Amino acid sequence: MNASFRISGAGRLSQAKTASFSFDGKSYLGIEGDTLASALLANGVHLVGRSFKYHRPRGFLSAGAEEPNALVQIVRDDARKTPNVRATVQELYDGLTANSQNRWPSLAFDVGAVNDIASPMFSAGFYYKTFMWPKSAWLNFYEPKIRATAGLGVSPDRPDPDHYAARYAHCDVLVLGGGAAGIAAALAAAETGVRVILADEQAEFGGSLRFESGARIDGEDGFAWAQAAIAKLKAMDNVRVLSRTTAFGYYAQNFVGLVERVSDHLKSPGRELARERLWQVRAKRVVLATGAIERHMVFANNDRPGVMLASAARTYLNHYGVAVGRNVGVYTANDSAYAAAIDLRKAGVNVAAIVDLRDNPSGAVIDEARSLGIEINFGRAVVSAGGKLRVSSMTVQPKNGGGERRIAVDAILMSAGWTPSVHLFSQSRGKVAFNEEARRFVPGTYAQDCVSVGACNGTDGLEATVDEAYAAGAQAARDAGGKDSSGKMGKGAKPKVDASESWSRGMLGAAPGAGPGTTVKAFVDFQNDVTAKDIRQAVHEGMHSIEHVKRFTTNGMATDQGKTSNMHGLAIAAETLGKPIPQVGLTTFRAPYTPVTFGSIVGHARGALFDPTRRTATHGWAAAQGAVFEDVGQWKRAWYFPKAGEDMHAAVNRECVTVRKAAGLFDASTLGKIEVVGPDAAKFMELLYTNPWEKLEPGRCRYGIMLREDGFIYDDGVVGRLAPDRFHVTTTTGGAPRVMHHMEDYLQTEFPHLNVWLTSITEQWAVIAVQGPSARKIIEPLVEGIDMSDEALPHMSVREGKICGVPTRLFRMSFTGERGFEVNVPADYGEAVWEALWTEGQKHGATAYGTETMHVLRAEKGYIIVGQDTDGTVTPNDAGLDWAVGKKKTDFVGIRGMMRADLVANGRKQLVGLKTKDPKVVLEEGAQIVEDPKQAIPMKMIGHVTSSYWSENCGRSIALALVAGGRDRMGQTLYVPMPNGTIEVEVTGMVFVDEKGERLNG
Amino acid sequence: MLLIRCPYCEEERPELEFRNAGEAHIARPTNIAAESEDDFEKFFFIRSNPKGVIYERWRHIHGCARFFNAVRDTVTDKFVMTYKAGEPRPAKLPGASK
Repeated sequence: MNASFRISGAGRLSQAKTASFSFDGKSYLGIEGDTLASALLANGVHLVGRSFKYHRPRGFLSAGAEEPNALVQIVRDDARKTPNVRATVQELYDGLTANSQNRWPSLAFDVGAVNDIASPMFSAGFYYKTFMWPKSAWLNFYEPKIRATAGLGVSPDRPDPDHYAARYAHCDVLVLGGGAAGIAAALAAAETGVRVILADEQAEFGGSLRFESGARIDGEDGFAWAQAAIAKLKAMDNVRVLSRTTAFGYYAQNFVGLVERVSDHLKSPGRELARERLWQVRAKRVVLATGAIERHMVFANNDRPGVMLASAARTYLNHYGVAVGRNVGVYTANDSAYAAAIDLRKAGVNVAAIVDLRDNPSGAVIDEARSLGIEINFGRAVVSAGGKLRVSSMTVQPKNGGGERRIAVDAILMSAGWTPSVHLFSQSRGKVAFNEEARRFVPGTYAQDCVSVGACNGTDGLEATVDEAYAAGAQAARDAGGKDSSGKMGKGAKPKVDASESWSRGMLGAAPGAGPGTTVKAFVDFQNDVTAKDIRQAVHEGMHSIEHVKRFTTNGMATDQGKTSNMHGLAIAAETLGKPIPQVGLTTFRAPYTPVTFGSIVGHARGALFDPTRRTATHGWAAAQGAVFEDVGQWKRAWYFPKAGEDMHAAVNRECVTVRKAAGLFDASTLGKIEVVGPDAAKFMELLYTNPWEKLEPGRCRYGIMLREDGFIYDDGVVGRLAPDRFHVTTTTGGAPRVMHHMEDYLQTEFPHLNVWLTSITEQWAVIAVQGPSARKIIEPLVEGIDMSDEALPHMSVREGKICGVPTRLFRMSFTGERGFEVNVPADYGEAVWEALWTEGQKHGATAYGTETMHVLRAEKGYIIVGQDTDGTVTPNDAGLDWAVGKKKTDFVGIRGMMRADLVANGRKQLVGLKTKDPKVVLEEGAQIVEDPKQAIPMKMIGHVTSSYWSENCGRSIALALVAGGRDRMGQTLYVPMPNGTIEVEVTGMVFVDEKGERLNG
Repeated sequence: MLLIRCPYCEEERPELEFRNAGEAHIARPTNIAAESEDDFEKFFFIRSNPKGVIYERWRHIHGCARFFNAVRDTVTDKFVMTYKAGEPRPAKLPGASK
């Protein structure tokens, strides 16, 4: 081993299993079981990143998920370049490649570090103040420059080749956090037989038992006990144990989101393995055992590589067998850092001095440190760390001022105390309460069926933790309906704590030397480069709410969500405001607890699986004919059918002319279809549509308009009455689901006395429109049992019979103005009937046509499309459809709404036709219309173009428009101002072809 | 994601199966054509939007497709109870503190 900081005999990894890896192009050796962080530290590498704003050199602060500094880019291949991975979380695998971020040209020499020298420019809220003048510089200079420098890491530039799994799970007791508390709770719950899920974010369970060398449970080392307990839980059928699984969000009704990292730790994960798995768990009871996070000390240059949390140094030593230095200093305001000094000293590392802010603390750990010969300084502060790319010294001063002393060190281990991890509790909408004595927020009022145990509940000491957690686990199981309701645990026994460590207290806020009036860089938030001075400045500049302080300084707003910084920031703000901490209040905790990949949220819902694709029965035929498709909602619809050498324009022109000269076939299957059946079907139709229906003969059709209660057009379509008690209703393609919802709503809640059933039949019937002078000749040879003469089957009628031997509902109707039919056949026969009709059609020179030609042909006839020519503010009168409103009716949905004063007033926008003065100019849909193009800007707009096409049949452009008072403007010249000049138009009627409607029977 | 009890299916189902359908207990006037402008405004446009308990309509659209009524607390987002369409507004709410 050339990893010179690995201490033989220390840690739990097997030295035999080496793994090589590279960092910034340099190769290193680590051990299987390492994190990238422990492997780098074993090689003496502390400098791993540059900070976000000042580009200051940074090392590892922690050994876990709270890490703010050590963010790296993990590169597996060209498509897998994951930025902002915490090196303290990333497990090492053989061949791992990592790069540092936010530096150029190199980590040790970074040009961006000039920001550190120019830092007065970048004080709190600088982005609100600095880039304001001159105004014109924002777009051309500031924004591009800022965009180029902002952000950490490089986004991958290829589609993510990995796949992500998703699972729903239900359980009785969900235990979040797998330290001593979580394990004890899970054991107690599992022993009652209820379904238990235990999840922990780390690869191995144990939590702080990873570093607490003084813990012994059931006669074993604490960590060994944890492994044995996990093995026992895994063997139980009612327990699911999830490692590498982070609970990131706690939602309503005990719905918890977890992400399991399935293969990020593997050298070459097989294709069958998902990268991550999203667990969406619904639990009857949740036990929160999320522990506590150590805080750093806030002093000058506390961000130098080598300055880290005391518990992190212990973890690296006791779990990974790595010394974080050879000559370390300790700076603390509570007992827990002493244990780090003791462990390191026992492992042969020199501890230069312990600096303790407290005046005269006493206790076993202090005695033990002293007995090991470690120098202890009470009532003193570290006022500055020396060194740049690595800490080289600490400057010590009596806390109330006095002579300075510089002590050479290569690492500083610090502890300001522990912050209970109340993130998930707070996300559950629980209210935290401030414990004045321990100076920490702990769970107060619960909002959901959960309970907090151990360090996250402010419970100190291993024995108290295990007692509390075991009882809570058993109670949760009973509350969830566990079998053992007597309180006696039959199979198991409460774990017995033989030896434990305990500490509490500590300090919040800036340490001496970084207090009010100082300008040193004493970092509160490492990831966003927020110093104690910045917090105070924000308060002085008027930010008195902690939420404002947070946003102004960005404290706690980085990807680490302020896990180490929030309490310090709050304390400094409170001190500056002169208010007690609870009165200033905590910022809101929000999901996710740690960053969650988009991949895990999206899961399989991407590409073809993002949204269902709906295809009609003739899709394959159309595709084989070379049709170009367009998306209409989820449907793929044939747009036009180009022949060789045709562009869209030529194809549509040919299709339009052919339909009016001979015939055309069009797939109208996507139209919504609803069958309205029952003794009261006609009554129901009377109430839902403006038209009269009672007297419509079976076998006849009518164009129906549906309004909302406010009187505006909601949908339209042709309705055929098949029998006295049976209507075949068609709706717009996009409107089918909402029309069904609207009908059901009225039927179930307003008109429940009506005996009617509604059935969506959109997908049951394929619809083939055959339109044009030859339409009847094409259909007739294939039909059985239907007399197709004009007398027997006039325009707007429907018959049931057979076509090509299969059942049909044959509608005589037209959306082109030509003699037309819509052949409904069961969808399974759609393609076969289409092909038969196509074969007949070929004899008569018919064309297949797509949605574009359908649009042009209907516009030539002035037929509206709801949603294109109407926009939810158009009444039947506005659309020129008064004739479709039953004048004698006393009730229908919208009858009162459309009589509202504003809806019957003069000057409303009405649908009219427009002809451009230059027939070759095609207007843009959506273009605005004015009366006087010479008026000053902003001009008064009196309407807009709703539909506009080139009409080959008319030899000119045609358009429909909504124009104020439109029907009184026939023949008027109006203007459409466009970027390239103003277009003159004439207001006309809406019908451009066959105004008398003779072609319907032509 | 909320769990909502459908009073027709008689079980709790995930929120994804449901769609909110606005405030409950607003009956469409029987002779709506004769309503005054003010009365129509009250019927169609004015909604209570309370902070606290709200009576609203939901539809189990991806389940039994029935509309039903629910009592929900807009502050906690908790469903107090659900009941069938057409049933009167409950006189007393279970466990209601407000």
